[in-house]
Amino acid sequence: MDLITQNIPALIVVTPLVMGLLTGIFGRKAAGWWMAMGTTSAVLAMAVQLLVNVLNSGTLQVTYQMGNWPAPFGIVYVVDPLNASVLTVVALIGAVVTLFARKSTLNEVPQDRAHFFWAIWQFCMVGLLGITITGDAFNLYVLLEISSLSTYTLVAMGKGRDRRALTAAINYVVLGSIGACFYLLGIAYLYMVTGSLNIADIHHILTTKVYPTWATDAPLYHKTVVAGFAFMAVGLSLKLALFPLHTWLPNAYTYAPSAVSALLASTATKVGAYAFIRVLYSLVGIDFAFSHLHTDQVLLVCAGLAIVVGSAMAIRQQNVKKLLAYSSIGQIGYICMGFALANQDGLTASVIHIFNHALTKGGMFMALGCVAYRVGGTRLEHLRGLGRQMPWTMAAFTAGGMGLIGVPLTAGFVSKWYLVSGAIGAGQVLWAGVVLVGSILALIYTWRCVEAIYFGQRAEGAPVVREAPLTMLVPTLLLAGASVYFGIDTRTTTEIAGTAARFLLGATP
Amino acid sequence: MTPADIILLALGIPVLGSALIIALGRWANVREGVTLVTAGTVFALVACLLPQVLAGGEPIRATLFEMMPGVAISFRVEPLGMVYALVATLLWIPNSIYSIGYMRANKEHHQTRFFACFPLAIASAVGIAFAENIFTMFLFYETLTLSTVPLVTHKGTSDAMRSGRVYLGVLLTTSVCLQLFAVIWIAVLHRTGVLPSMDFVKGGLFAKALATGAISPGIFGLLFFLYIYGIGKAALMPMHKWLPAAMVAPTPVSAFLHAVAVVKAGVFCVVKVIVYVFGVETLRNTGQASWLVYAAGTTILVASLIAAFQDNLKKRLAYSTISQLSYIVLAAALLTPISIMAATVHIIAHAFGKITLFFAAGSVYTSAHKTQVSQLDGIGRKMPWTMAAFTIGSLSMIGVPPAVGFISKWYLVSGVAQGLGMGGSSTEEVFALVVIVLSTLLNASYFLPVIYRAFFRPLSHDDEHHIHGESPAPMVFALCTTAGLTLLFFAWPKALLTLGQAVMEAAT
Repeated sequence: MDLITQNIPALIVVTPLVMGLLTGIFGRKAAGWWMAMGTTSAVLAMAVQLLVNVLNSGTLQVTYQMGNWPAPFGIVYVVDPLNASVLTVVALIGAVVTLFARKSTLNEVPQDRAHFFWAIWQFCMVGLLGITITGDAFNLYVLLEISSLSTYTLVAMGKGRDRRALTAAINYVVLGSIGACFYLLGIAYLYMVTGSLNIADIHHILTTKVYPTWATDAPLYHKTVVAGFAFMAVGLSLKLALFPLHTWLPNAYTYAPSAVSALLASTATKVGAYAFIRVLYSLVGIDFAFSHLHTDQVLLVCAGLAIVVGSAMAIRQQNVKKLLAYSSIGQIGYICMGFALANQDGLTASVIHIFNHALTKGGMFMALGCVAYRVGGTRLEHLRGLGRQMPWTMAAFTAGGMGLIGVPLTAGFVSKWYLVSGAIGAGQVLWAGVVLVGSILALIYTWRCVEAIYFGQRAEGAPVVREAPLTMLVPTLLLAGASVYFGIDTRTTTEIAGTAARFLLGATP
Repeated sequence: MTPADIILLALGIPVLGSALIIALGRWANVREGVTLVTAGTVFALVACLLPQVLAGGEPIRATLFEMMPGVAISFRVEPLGMVYALVATLLWIPNSIYSIGYMRANKEHHQTRFFACFPLAIASAVGIAFAENIFTMFLFYETLTLSTVPLVTHKGTSDAMRSGRVYLGVLLTTSVCLQLFAVIWIAVLHRTGVLPSMDFVKGGLFAKALATGAISPGIFGLLFFLYIYGIGKAALMPMHKWLPAAMVAPTPVSAFLHAVAVVKAGVFCVVKVIVYVFGVETLRNTGQASWLVYAAGTTILVASLIAAFQDNLKKRLAYSTISQLSYIVLAAALLTPISIMAATVHIIAHAFGKITLFFAAGSVYTSAHKTQVSQLDGIGRKMPWTMAAFTIGSLSMIGVPPAVGFISKWYLVSGVAQGLGMGGSSTEEVFALVVIVLSTLLNASYFLPVIYRAFFRPLSHDDEHHIHGESPAPMVFALCTTAGLTLLFFAWPKALLTLGQAVMEAAT
């Protein structure tokens, strides 16, 4: 038992990796799902354990050396309040969506290839969890590629339903690869300067040896560091779909199988946002990125535009899955605005919103999965009049919509409260206004769905549909319920996010 | 049962009632029984807090829970909130009786949804009335909006859906973009130590911060602006569009929500923030509220003018409501003790008068199927009770005896006089006086013709053969009750004035 508890940081990544391989070989028929379910449950347990360990440790940091090679030579996994909470989000969503996915994938994924699907599903978890936990900048790149490659495949699996999934996947492959390459280039530049790949070590060398020379007559490596950071920033912005680098996202989410959309929408971009926070706060430091280069101004503008343009595009969509995808672009804007504000409230808002939005959007995509399962489509006209025929699914969808608007007593409201507080506290009243205007845009696109659901009529001759099967309904309600619960009882989330924010701001004095 | 429990029960019982109504929806009579019992209980609960509030003494408070660090959902009963809560819960009783008659006589669909939404709206109203801090008020303000949307869109026609969009759009846009902005701003100022709290405090929150220069008058004025226009329910122009749109709803909804609960929530919030957040003294010293006198005065006149040209009876009443609401805002913006009292008295007076008028309009629709003023020739002979009640309501709107509207107008003019006596610039007071005189004439010009048509014009030829009498008994009973109360409060204004006095003393 001791062996396991001590090695959790490694096991949380290794378990899905090994199990994924095994699933690919032995996971035919129903076994694949069971193996994936077992893995994700184990991962969830480990993530929660890690979170508890970190919050109870005095230094708020747990370091694990791979193969006992000390940093900066070996790869280290570093767990702090920030990534422990992101790990928990990924693991929680992973487990819940896997539960949901068994029925949902039955008629969306070719069954003769189901074992590959479940293998890749677990590899995707490997990548996402690995990016989050690693303390090594190059290792992060490797895991980024693992998650991206498996994501491309998962999106392409949607071709059984709609062949446009293939073009969406190709589009994603091209842009995702550019993003990953940019990130790799950035790492290379920083390696040229520091000779290290360990995040903490790079930060140490930069702040003690490189930055101090910039104020003098002989600045060292100024252009190299700036170029390296710029490459990383653009690469990660592509990965997290920050406006205007978001173009791969809408089609990928729309044509992927429902379960994949739910998983990606609530974890993939969140992990990208986490990696960006890590680079800004722990790798190059916000003194360099914000005070010196004023990246925060660029980020605020991009985030503000993401909120307005993403939400406005969502209003125009007829396909509800695409509507949610565009809404995600707006929600990513909220997350980025939070960490660009670089104060306690703003960062807290970012971390809380990573969690809250994962619950909200995950629940909504799963509700759409239920609709696709019963009605066979996710366009707005498919939702018409479903309020009476699928009351629970539609209640979950509506609760999620309320969360996107940020109605009080939903999780979305808490994020928005902190974000606006942060913006006002930082003197950025304009951006506070943009956040609130974003809520109204969210109201418009949510209300279009609500009108169709509760006041629309089913098309003439459309068959009466039943409520979704329990294995799909329960996970959906679980996430939707959680998104309401964490809007009412905010103690846990605000405390953990607050701790993470304090930790990050303290780590970069 | 401690007073704190009573507050929480007054919030919880309507929610429970709503759940029961949904559960018992199949049995219409049982369902309506639940509505009536809930209405009676909630009013009794609120009323039994009254003596303690009037006596002053220990404040009655309760806390539901702390939502975010330093931001709690909590309640404290003070006289102004008591007035609003009493009006809302008391009038829910006749309105429920009326609704039962109306919904059955008109064979409306989805009656369970209809009756289930009302208690939620009432719970929100009680929450707004007793809110201890600006966050709690905002929270229940929003739940009131959301719980009433299904009532506005009740008919489900494309017209109703369009109105629902306007309703939701205007109310949520103003509250989220302006009010929430101000709420969070004040919360940030509170946390950074600039403001002493985010509760409603006697004398307001800003006096000290303005004196020490911790906050500039510009920011103070901006917050005030955000708050006033952020309370879209007060229907101050140009944020009034939702109110005429909401007239698409069944008449009991218009009567109760859009003449009493929702709109009074709006003006109540305006008065409450003027008194307890921005502070009467502070506003008078900084002069930041003088624009509100002009904004409210303009709304009164413009809305009255529009009302005069509406042929649709409910639309005419809606614009009359907009103008009457601005009387309350105007009174509060005059910032004298007596004008605050006038605002309070008018919250009550207008509620009873306007609900009577809407009841009458719904009664005419139900039995005669008429919606336009021009169709009402001679209807007073067929529906004497309804039109008598309508007359009483109209007199109250115009502000002449023997209706209660006269009393509030009396105090409003006294408030103006007090303002003139306080020295300083008197332009606002003179403007207010002109508005009051002009609007009284306008009110008379669009209410008296209706009464004249109903009683003194002959029946049109078609109508002579169209046989109908009064509406169903529950409706007639309800409208006679509220009309009777409108007269009673004039004849025996002590109750009204005691409450007004209590508010005045608590406020200044």
